[in-house]
Amino acid sequence: MIKSKSTRIGDIVVVALCLILIFVCLVPMLNVLARSLSSTEYLIRNEVLLWPKGFNFNAYKTVLGRPAYVHSLWYTALLTVGCTLLSLFMTVICAYPLTYDQLKGGKFINGFILFTMYFSAGMIPHYVMLSSMNMLETVWVLVIPSCLSVYNMIIMRSSFYGIPESLREAAEIDGAGPIRTLVQIYLPLSKPVLATLALFYAVGRWNGFSDALLYIKTNRDLYPIQLYLYNILTNASSGEAAAQEGFTMPGLSETLKMASVMFATVPILLVYPWLQRYFVAGVTIGAVKG
Amino acid sequence: MKTARAEKTINTAKPGRRGRAFSTYMHRYGTLYLLLALPVTFFIIFRYIPMAYILMAFKKNNIILPPWQVDWAKNNGFEWFIKAFKDKLFRRALGNTVTLNLLDLVCGFPAPIIMALLLNELAFKRFKKFTQTVLYLPHFLSWIIIASLALRLLADNDGLINIFYKQMKGDPNAVLPFLSKEKWWIGSYIALGIWKEAGWGTIIYLAALTSISPELYEAAAVDGAGRFRRIWHVTLPGLRPTIIVLLIMRLGYILGSEFDRPLALTNNLVTNVSTVLSIYIYQKGIKGGSQFSLTTAVGLFQSVVGVLFLFGANFLAKRFGERGIM
Repeated sequence: MIKSKSTRIGDIVVVALCLILIFVCLVPMLNVLARSLSSTEYLIRNEVLLWPKGFNFNAYKTVLGRPAYVHSLWYTALLTVGCTLLSLFMTVICAYPLTYDQLKGGKFINGFILFTMYFSAGMIPHYVMLSSMNMLETVWVLVIPSCLSVYNMIIMRSSFYGIPESLREAAEIDGAGPIRTLVQIYLPLSKPVLATLALFYAVGRWNGFSDALLYIKTNRDLYPIQLYLYNILTNASSGEAAAQEGFTMPGLSETLKMASVMFATVPILLVYPWLQRYFVAGVTIGAVKG
Repeated sequence: MKTARAEKTINTAKPGRRGRAFSTYMHRYGTLYLLLALPVTFFIIFRYIPMAYILMAFKKNNIILPPWQVDWAKNNGFEWFIKAFKDKLFRRALGNTVTLNLLDLVCGFPAPIIMALLLNELAFKRFKKFTQTVLYLPHFLSWIIIASLALRLLADNDGLINIFYKQMKGDPNAVLPFLSKEKWWIGSYIALGIWKEAGWGTIIYLAALTSISPELYEAAAVDGAGRFRRIWHVTLPGLRPTIIVLLIMRLGYILGSEFDRPLALTNNLVTNVSTVLSIYIYQKGIKGGSQFSLTTAVGLFQSVVGVLFLFGANFLAKRFGERGIM
């Protein structure tokens, strides 16, 4: 195909604009990466921009030498895996029965669940109820109240709807019950969506800190990594908390903070590009059928 | 075969027909109810029972007893709503919430549409995919991480941009107060929101774009339409339904308030403009004060107005002949 000159110029402009967008997206991350790998004297003189100066891994070594930080990382990783598995299980057993049109009361249950997406009791009623159940200051408060998201359930259900009904009928004729149909037909055909939802749930838990901030005040062992970082990084509470974690020396603390940020970010950055094809489909389903 | 026979039995059996039908039905689908039992219990306990505690908004403040054992508040139970609206801090939080959400809507809503149009014009497949991957990255960062990135980038003294600015001006005291002056902070807050979510927002629009028939573009090209006229007359009309649905959801959120974002981005110099309703509730209810009744009332006000806006926007969309979301 022959392109006119103006089209080619247009293409170049589009590519240039995209390059600018890429730059804007990556600059903050590159700056933090460079700072985490630089030595302190350059940092104090504000000489580190996008490339590290005085290249070294000391900050990473120091951060990994802090038991509290390593504990928080491991604990959050375990928490994330556990929550993701539980959430996937709950999502599947909630979405699957609702795909049966013959199910009596299915419509009602569906409305009953969707209602919670539009109207929520609010922060304080949740807090008071969890408090009255003695769930505050336990690990369960980070696991159970957020273990099923209506939005993700809708994505799962839409994906199940996409599987031809004839497959289910064939399985029923062969004598398979609903659970066997689910395990042997529906789940294997929904692997992409399961991967997407696993990513959504895992990212939500790994990045989540507001529930921990609200529900866990004294038990520092239960702080997920983001809350731990919040306590180190923010101006509001930095003094006391940072001192406790040994982050107070100027300059030195800077590289340590940046290294801590990198550790909390890298796991997600390693995973999401591989799932891109799947989550693009997942988001689209959720938006259309929501 | 088996299905047909089963139906026949149900239809012909006369004595105890309903009972038989019921037992056949349960035999076949009972497991489904068993599967649903756990999720439904979850929604009852963790979503509906908290709604009973909304009663606190109409009762005297009591942090020990459950609300059904407490006396009604003054003014027919509306004491706390009246108190909230007399509270200067609440009115400010309400104003901040609406201001930030409106700015988010005006600036943040078009951003992914424009980016999607740009990506759609990109002729090189591989480069397009790479660009998308990079643009999705910020969505996967938590607001805590973004707050620390923002500090490195925008801080008054050692932020990347201000380092350049000082060098450019040749004056070590020259400063662009991105995070320390209220008006600037609002701008940074909105810009960071766009930075985080605009790329992710393109996914939906790009998916909608694939359903536009290529014939339309060819016809437009034959008629001599250039790039911009094709975007205006073919691409944008194709996106219209998607835009409307997403706009409804955004409008329904006009009084909603995020928690992570303002909490992570705020600092002591800008609390006047950064305290939104969720932060107000957190500070008065949980962090200090234990004003459960007052904050529950504020939360209820927020939820109810949110639902009303959602229904209103949905109604309007249907009026204008769009599909709506409900």
